[in-house]
Amino acid sequence: MMRRLLSVWHARNLEFLRDRPTLLFTLLLPIGLVIGMGFIFGGPPRPLFTVGLLGTSRATAADPFLRERRYVQFVPIHDEAAGRSEVTHQEIDLLLDLRGAARYWVNTDSPKGYIVEKLLIAADPGARRQPVTGQAIPYVNWLFPGILAMNMMFSCLFGVGYVVLRYRKSGFLKRLHATPLTAFEFLTAQVLSRLSLILFVTIVLYVGIGAIIHFHSVGSIALLLLLAVIGSLSMIALGLTIAARVASEEVVGGLLNLLTWPMMLLSGVWYSIEGSPRWVQWVAEILPLTQVIEAARAVMLDGAGIQKIIPNLVYLAVTTLVFLGFGAWSFRWRVD
Amino acid sequence: MPESAPILEVHNLVKQYPSVTAVDGVSFAVPEGTCFGLLGPNGAGKTTTIEIMEGILPPTAGEVRYRGERVGARFREDAGILFQKTALQDFLSVRQSVALFRGLYQRGLDVDEVLRICALEKLAQRDNRKLSGGQQQRLLLAIALVNDPKVLFLDEPTTGLDPQARRNFWELVESIKARRKTIILTTHYMEEAQLLCDEIAIMDHGHIIAQGAPQQLLREHFAEVLLELPRQEFPEGARHLPFKLIDASDRVEISTHDLDGTLRALIDAHVPLRNLRIRPANLEDLFLELTGKELRA
Repeated sequence: MMRRLLSVWHARNLEFLRDRPTLLFTLLLPIGLVIGMGFIFGGPPRPLFTVGLLGTSRATAADPFLRERRYVQFVPIHDEAAGRSEVTHQEIDLLLDLRGAARYWVNTDSPKGYIVEKLLIAADPGARRQPVTGQAIPYVNWLFPGILAMNMMFSCLFGVGYVVLRYRKSGFLKRLHATPLTAFEFLTAQVLSRLSLILFVTIVLYVGIGAIIHFHSVGSIALLLLLAVIGSLSMIALGLTIAARVASEEVVGGLLNLLTWPMMLLSGVWYSIEGSPRWVQWVAEILPLTQVIEAARAVMLDGAGIQKIIPNLVYLAVTTLVFLGFGAWSFRWRVD
Repeated sequence: MPESAPILEVHNLVKQYPSVTAVDGVSFAVPEGTCFGLLGPNGAGKTTTIEIMEGILPPTAGEVRYRGERVGARFREDAGILFQKTALQDFLSVRQSVALFRGLYQRGLDVDEVLRICALEKLAQRDNRKLSGGQQQRLLLAIALVNDPKVLFLDEPTTGLDPQARRNFWELVESIKARRKTIILTTHYMEEAQLLCDEIAIMDHGHIIAQGAPQQLLREHFAEVLLELPRQEFPEGARHLPFKLIDASDRVEISTHDLDGTLRALIDAHVPLRNLRIRPANLEDLFLELTGKELRA
């Protein structure tokens, strides 16, 4: 028995070592994850307070406050309305506008806002106060859109990627190829099948979890459904692209992990990445999951309308077409 | 053999892989309504040839014409294919599997009709993974027939089946032949080829080494009867006798016009005859004659 076991062990080792792409993924993925996590979570301890800054820093009376970097993290904000919304929801503790005479927005319901305001007034007593009120969004509510979107992502990528691979390896795709069915028809059928499944599951999760945590979307449910359709299409198309021609489970698994891990960590499922380095945010914006989560939170938590999330929808629609086009172009029916 | 216009023509087909030329300049034509057999041992190039004909594999050179046109969309509608190995979608019943493929063609037979032709009515609701080997092949044949094909490709359809299941499958193919379908069959079962094929092409090392109707080929190559003797009972000293000797793996075959004279000569040479067998030549002998190898080697 031991001899048979060792023979199989040896043969499998050889197979693994000779499968260069798999070997590469196996080595590079954990390295990439460790380096990535180091960049995101490394460095000095996180500050106690977060202050949004509108406009560039220049010589102002608030300078001593702006130099207070040990306990305060300053985050550039480009859109005043978005910044005010973040103060309202206590996602940041204070919003400071440096574009003219210093003024700031602080949430009078926020204990951290109260303290950080004292620090600002100590440096610049003349800063004009703009009080806002609003309860912090419970973390579970903030997390909910991210969890729904992440579940969609896994179903789209793994559900489609592995299924197509299995069809190819078993020869089922080859049999289909011998019929009048075209690659585009096959891929479209896969997309639609997975889309209907995902929508069904997502609706069940939305209703079920929503009932448990007493969540009610502030924005339009129809708009959320539209977002779910376009977001799912983009990620299904990405899954098909991965499985378009590969015939190895290890390679497909590696590629899917390479996509899902960064999306899980960088797309803002678990926490906001506003305080992360600029390049991390830039990478995050490329990921379809980020676009889905941003838009879903805007609709579900802030009641955003279609105008607000149209850039996200357009991005997802364009990536759908790009991924599907590439998938159809590179599709292989059989193992070469 | 029925005389009619070729439905399929293969011209100078070549398929080259980095380390081997699987098909090397193969040409033949298949008349409509006939059963054409491609015979040869494993690795002869039969499956590669048939997959190029089916449009599954691109050739390195040469072309295949269906009704005078290059193989295309019309051919895909008209062709039924049974691959050597095919997996079906999991969790589907026999009926659902047939219905899935029926939905891929514009025209074809009713699902119930196909199930009836292939004697699958009683298995219609069974999970396709829970079929025996013979039942599985009948299901794959049903799928190949679902579009009422003009041309039916059967790639080693009875390999791995027990003798009973094989005979049942042959009866099915004969009933399909009776419907004037053109059949392209690859096999390494000589009995199968002799029973079903109107014309055969024997392949070896990517070439066709003989082609014609089975009986015609046998007449051309064997005007004699064959005497078989176990190899270990055939003395080396008898090899000088003026016979046409063919060495097979476990036997020596003597091809002769003069049965009486040959038997007398063997007795005179003290060759033991208790295990002697006399029989007419078959396609297996033809292949051995042509290549010096046994067909199923």
